[in-house]
Amino acid sequence: MSKKSRLHIPRPTARPGDKPDFSYLELAPAGSVDKPATDARPRDLEHLAGGLVRVLDDDHKAKGPWNPNFDANHLQIGLRWMLLNRVFDERMWQIQRQGRISFYMQATGEEAVAIAQAMALRPGDMCFPSYRSQGLYMYRGVSLVDMMCQCLSNTRDMCQGRQLPIMYHSKSGNVFSISGNLGTQYPHAVGWAMASAIKGEDHIAASWVGDGSTAESDFHHALTFAAVYQAPVILNVVNNQWAISTFQGTAGGERRPFAARGLGLGIPGIRVDGNDLLAVYSVTLWAAERARRGGGPTLIELVTYRGGAHSTSDDPSKYRPKDEWAAFPLGDPIERLKQHMIAEGHWSDAKHESLIDELKSEVTTAWKEAQKYGTMTEGPWLDPGTMFEDVYAEMPRNLESQRRRMYEIERGD
Amino acid sequence: MARMNMIEAIRSAHDVMMDRDPSVIVLGEDVGYFGGVFRCTDGLQRKFGEHRVIDAPISEGGIIGAAIGMGVNGLRPIAEIQFADYIYPGFDQIVSELARLRYRSSGEFFSPVTIRTPCGGGIRGGQTHSQSPEGIFTHVTGIKTVMPSNPYDAKGLLISAIESDDPVVFFEPKRIYNGPFDGDPEKPAVSWGSHPKGEVPEGYYTVPMGQADIAQAGEELTIITYGTLVHVAIAAAKATGVDCEVIDVRTLAPLDVQTLAESVRKTGRCMVAHEATRFGGFGAELVASVQKECFYHLEAPIGRVAGWDTPYPHAFEWQYFPGLKRMSAGIRSVMEAG
Repeated sequence: MSKKSRLHIPRPTARPGDKPDFSYLELAPAGSVDKPATDARPRDLEHLAGGLVRVLDDDHKAKGPWNPNFDANHLQIGLRWMLLNRVFDERMWQIQRQGRISFYMQATGEEAVAIAQAMALRPGDMCFPSYRSQGLYMYRGVSLVDMMCQCLSNTRDMCQGRQLPIMYHSKSGNVFSISGNLGTQYPHAVGWAMASAIKGEDHIAASWVGDGSTAESDFHHALTFAAVYQAPVILNVVNNQWAISTFQGTAGGERRPFAARGLGLGIPGIRVDGNDLLAVYSVTLWAAERARRGGGPTLIELVTYRGGAHSTSDDPSKYRPKDEWAAFPLGDPIERLKQHMIAEGHWSDAKHESLIDELKSEVTTAWKEAQKYGTMTEGPWLDPGTMFEDVYAEMPRNLESQRRRMYEIERGD
Repeated sequence: MARMNMIEAIRSAHDVMMDRDPSVIVLGEDVGYFGGVFRCTDGLQRKFGEHRVIDAPISEGGIIGAAIGMGVNGLRPIAEIQFADYIYPGFDQIVSELARLRYRSSGEFFSPVTIRTPCGGGIRGGQTHSQSPEGIFTHVTGIKTVMPSNPYDAKGLLISAIESDDPVVFFEPKRIYNGPFDGDPEKPAVSWGSHPKGEVPEGYYTVPMGQADIAQAGEELTIITYGTLVHVAIAAAKATGVDCEVIDVRTLAPLDVQTLAESVRKTGRCMVAHEATRFGGFGAELVASVQKECFYHLEAPIGRVAGWDTPYPHAFEWQYFPGLKRMSAGIRSVMEAG
């Protein structure tokens, strides 16, 4: 203690040129955290917020009470979708670098979050995603062509050219529209879940924010409402260690884990290895069952690492060590599941490579198809008059007249 | 028909719609057991239950954010923000989410939330219980902005707002909850008892959004206003002896320009009036719209009466409020010009 008051300025353990240092990250061996009953009282669950639920051990075995005991088929489903997410992201990144879309965001290193949670939820459950949740849309039936057309703002764009690339939506897949403003979807998920309970349905809601967005007021509004009304909702914090250039300590993660954010409100928190598909699946299923049985909300912190840049507009080599991801103690979710499947005798390097080739070719086929609906440089083109639609349920007179004027100006009248 | 003040009319709109449509629910601070600090939801929780009339934590951002999610899941939430002055913590949810959800998802998702909120001064509320922030909301495309001036319109417009698939911000001028106010604080308060618009059907009816109302017909000057100042304008017309046509805008966005323009073309003179601060206020939009449509019919510059560009001061409320004296001076000034 110093004799004078002083500010604490959070600093990451390593900046460019430094040796990566994850000593701040509290770990636990696979299988070491108990799995309480889903109807346990919140006070008996508090320890879960400070632990780390892991199933896949460093020797690639699945261990402990949270092991969902996936068969070979389920393991392959998980691996396939995570790989598709990554292959798609890699291709879209290249496409952006070639100047053929304006912007992109990858989920590299975080694929287990969207895929495992999509596998654990029921189709009628509503997802309120953040901008790195593309795996949810894929898993819930949005075609690669449709996702690419959204990124291209072309004539098949689900958003009709109104949104930045990656801001998808899927009404039929029960995945909400991505806003671009951070954390705003959290109270929506709670309200949706409240409505589900009001209507007497057993659908639950789930939402995702990053560690950085937990500092937004909406995060706290949502937690309060979820706790007060015991809404059937799963609130996920994807702690990928970085919010653009600020590390998770800048969002307040230095002293208590994000999983503990709800404890003061009586919301159970579970900290889980976010790069372990089996653990994420199991924890999500547990929280979903708890919510469906009237047990209320659960806050899940998924500990992972943002393997890539924040977006195509970002250069992480300016603020963190280049080899930091390689040093991340929880590794790469795809590699870990692959090694587990090989250890279990369900998989091989050859099969893995052949699956990657298959997915790459699926993505290439989709890209060829998507471009037929228009690119940034070649038609067909969206009618700019569509920009005046859907502002209101019915177009008011002022927008009708502005649309007429826009056409006149464009025609050179 | 029944005699109702604005509070009773608003409560009746809730009651009628909650009876007709089980998806209509209410949430807000103190709206449930207590029935609202202004009593607009009194008795609703007893009648419709705690799952449909929900006492919310003091969290305007949470109320509006949760209401949006409820709307996405098929409910028709009416969110009460206790004072318009308290709405700002929910502003991002209104602007970035509620107003744009339909647009950004190409019509796949929308949320039919009605946000009710008491506004305006003249109740000794000081600068945190007197504001008229409607101009901040009319600037946001994707929401409709409404402000009734009497019990009949309040009920009919609120029912239209609840039924609308578009989000609506519904401002209730609290000074006239219990009776019309002519802008002279020295006079004893009057009730809605003898006012023609205090006659309100007990059942279902609508007043359509997007239509202005001619509150008083006249030939010499058009006064375009809304909310409390409709009554002040009528009183000022009488006091000055000018034959004024008073137009009650009622729905600020989308704006019924046609009704305003027809009146100004007839009278050749125009004044706009609102209680909110003048600079960048909704009056500027009214002036611009009228000027474009009626320039060659105007015999004088368009007049403007508004709150001063200061916060609403507690002790100088009646110097701030554009009451009978300011409105009358405004009328004379437009009549003497040109």
